[in-house]
Amino acid sequence: MHRVSYGTLSAVLGVLLVLTGLTVAVSYVDLGAFNVWLALGIASTKASLVLLFFMHIRDEGRLVVLSFLGTVLFLAIMIAFTFCDVAFRGHIGI
Amino acid sequence: MEPVRSFFDTPSPSRYSGALSWLLTTDHKRIGLMYLFVILFWFVVAMFLGGGMRLELMFRGRTLMGPESYNALFTLHGVIMVFLFIIPGIPAIFGNFFLPIQIGTDDVFFPRLNLLSWYLYIIGGLLALVTLFIGGPPDTGWTFYVPFSVGTQTNVSVAVFAAFVLGMASMLTGINFVTTVHRMRSEAMGWLQMPLFTWSIYATSWVQILATPVVAITLILIILERFLGVGLFDPARGGDPILYQHLFWIYSHPAVYIMILPGMGVISEVITVFARKPIFGYKAMALSSIAIAVVGSLVWAHHMYTSGMSDTAVFVFSLLTFLVAIPSAIKVFSWVATLYKGSILMTPPLFFSLCFIYLFSVGGLTGLVVGAAGADIHVHDTHFVVAHFHFTMFGGTGFAFFAALHHWWPKMFGRMYDFKRAYWAAVLITFGFLLHYIPMFILGLQGMPRRYYDYVAEFEAGNFVAGFGAVFMLVGLLLMLVNLLISLKRGTLAPSDPWGGTTLEWKTLSPPPLHNFVETPDIADYPYDFTDVVRDSSGDGGGV
Amino acid sequence: MKPAMDDRGKRLGMWLFLYTEVMLFGGLFVLYAVYFSMYASDFMAGGKELDRFFGTVNTVILLVSSLAVAASITAVQRNEKRASVVWLTAAILCGALFLINKYFEWSHKIHEGIYPGSDDLIYGEPGRNIFFGLYYIITGLHGIHIVIGMALLGVALLFTIKGRITGDNHVFLENAGLYWHLVDLFWIFIFPLFYLVL
Repeated sequence: MHRVSYGTLSAVLGVLLVLTGLTVAVSYVDLGAFNVWLALGIASTKASLVLLFFMHIRDEGRLVVLSFLGTVLFLAIMIAFTFCDVAFRGHIGI
Repeated sequence: MEPVRSFFDTPSPSRYSGALSWLLTTDHKRIGLMYLFVILFWFVVAMFLGGGMRLELMFRGRTLMGPESYNALFTLHGVIMVFLFIIPGIPAIFGNFFLPIQIGTDDVFFPRLNLLSWYLYIIGGLLALVTLFIGGPPDTGWTFYVPFSVGTQTNVSVAVFAAFVLGMASMLTGINFVTTVHRMRSEAMGWLQMPLFTWSIYATSWVQILATPVVAITLILIILERFLGVGLFDPARGGDPILYQHLFWIYSHPAVYIMILPGMGVISEVITVFARKPIFGYKAMALSSIAIAVVGSLVWAHHMYTSGMSDTAVFVFSLLTFLVAIPSAIKVFSWVATLYKGSILMTPPLFFSLCFIYLFSVGGLTGLVVGAAGADIHVHDTHFVVAHFHFTMFGGTGFAFFAALHHWWPKMFGRMYDFKRAYWAAVLITFGFLLHYIPMFILGLQGMPRRYYDYVAEFEAGNFVAGFGAVFMLVGLLLMLVNLLISLKRGTLAPSDPWGGTTLEWKTLSPPPLHNFVETPDIADYPYDFTDVVRDSSGDGGGV
Repeated sequence: MKPAMDDRGKRLGMWLFLYTEVMLFGGLFVLYAVYFSMYASDFMAGGKELDRFFGTVNTVILLVSSLAVAASITAVQRNEKRASVVWLTAAILCGALFLINKYFEWSHKIHEGIYPGSDDLIYGEPGRNIFFGLYYIITGLHGIHIVIGMALLGVALLFTIKGRITGDNHVFLENAGLYWHLVDLFWIFIFPLFYLVL
């Protein structure tokens, strides 16, 4: 298996820490609903870094990459479909 | 050279003998057989629980039991049938035994994890048994709906924990099978050379992996609510009880595909073997298994039309429900098209499969009735729904399970059973089945609700007839099981390929040796090529 | 291929297990999403009651521990046993530190009368009850995963010391690491969702 050097690992940690600082910082700025999406966006970026460099997901090949994305997609669909109930409660008709 | 010994005579690991050679085995075949007997035990228990309910309903008023016992009975019947029989049934027994053989390898990828799954299954079963005797058996129905499941004084926590442990067992089996198919498949076998049973188990395993954890967390939440009273589903504390139903069905609807997909795989194998004809539309069959797994995971809220969820959701889920009928129908058409102009050899497994096609089609079509939002509001929570899902779960998966038992019994034990008794049993079960469930469709349309131990006068006739059906069915089921068990002692020895099958399990001995194959098997370009079978047995099946 | 030598297959099994964990937490995230949309203002108010400083420190601790685990794998691959042992010990200590922080955080909140089923929550705003209910359940479940992860890393540490995990055979360490990283991944999402909702 592919080796990741200490240098790369430390650099990734550095980026992760910066992103953590960033997400804390933007939480003090009121952007309305955009705050949530920004926080989730930063979290997803951090998650991708962990997956790519700490968990070496690319070394596992297509199957793992695709099925991992599939799992996340399935979770997203679960939430989205639940919202087609929750978001439309109290409306009559379609 | 001494004759090759079967796996019955070769313990694995070899240091154990006697009972330990079974209880500590890592051989997928032995584990499959251990599942077989435990699952059959639970099936018989739940069968009698169901029979008890039917006897109570035969006459109006209190005959055998009061409402509390009846509530406990239908809950346990549901929990045991769903979690201990239908879900693990085909994958854990036949998947374990035949998946590695069908892909030409000697075991599953994680043999010790496989044994652990079996023990989790046993623990889950024992916990379910415990609820019978301690603290009062649960009376919530197998769905454990809030708020009742959080408020009731019966032993819901243990029952729910049992379901959690059983879910773990099923999930770990799924992980094992997916890894096995990817990493241990014979190198000569491409994806489109895999037998359809393997395909269906593979698709099922993915659903097990992705959907089971959702019910696991849902069940944990019930236990937490019972002990801590967080109020996540309690409207008085800000919760939303309908969300519980969402979470529950996000697993439990895909779970019905966990139940039926392996059954469809079995039927595909049986039909093609006894029609002596390649399965019609192999690729469509393989892909429709995946399509059912995917689309079937997206239709959960069609159990909730009357729950008070939004009309938009009712519309969306009703539409998706109709979509899932398409891949299911592809399968039914393929089976029928395979039989068309085949040189059919009638045997008990084929007989069960033909009954399956008929009963499953009825179950599927009545599924569209309950899947249509308007019609469902009329029949929701009536006996119509009960009849519908028994047609799919019992008429479908149950009959596929019986077909699998008769199809692979000679391979697993190396003994042939008595055909005549098997046919009689099949006829009795099917006849009793129809007599039992058809009146329930009518009762449901007339408005008889499910889950009550008593009913009003106009429902008397239907319930009386259904009671007779139940008796026929019970007799048939017992006859079938006894016939199979007798064969272990008295049956004639089975040849390695009694039916003329072409997939790899028929290329090895009956019962198979420890490492499944004496020499590395040849992988055919196409798993269902019957040219040789038809040529070799011109007198047997009639030939083309 | 024979499973005994197939590290890739073993890791595939672990990944599949990770998917089940994702879906396990996923069920709770469904609840979070729905209740957040229902009680947005209560969730924001609830988030302000949590201690951002503790949350941030714990995030940093987990990120560092993830680095330590990844570095221990690099060390093993280079056959630097001592370095690997040091990295693993550091990762486990980080886990312990995380739990200690969590303990202080929880006990502080419980002391204030905020815990599942407490009068404060039940008779207060419904949205606030749900926010803290989810907070305890999700961080509690996450805490359990930290404990399991520490146990796995502990076994890996033992195996490394005893020489059962080596440069050629370190799939157990990799799988324990995958699990640990996943627990970190969950925290990466839990942190903004609870501590940083505006």
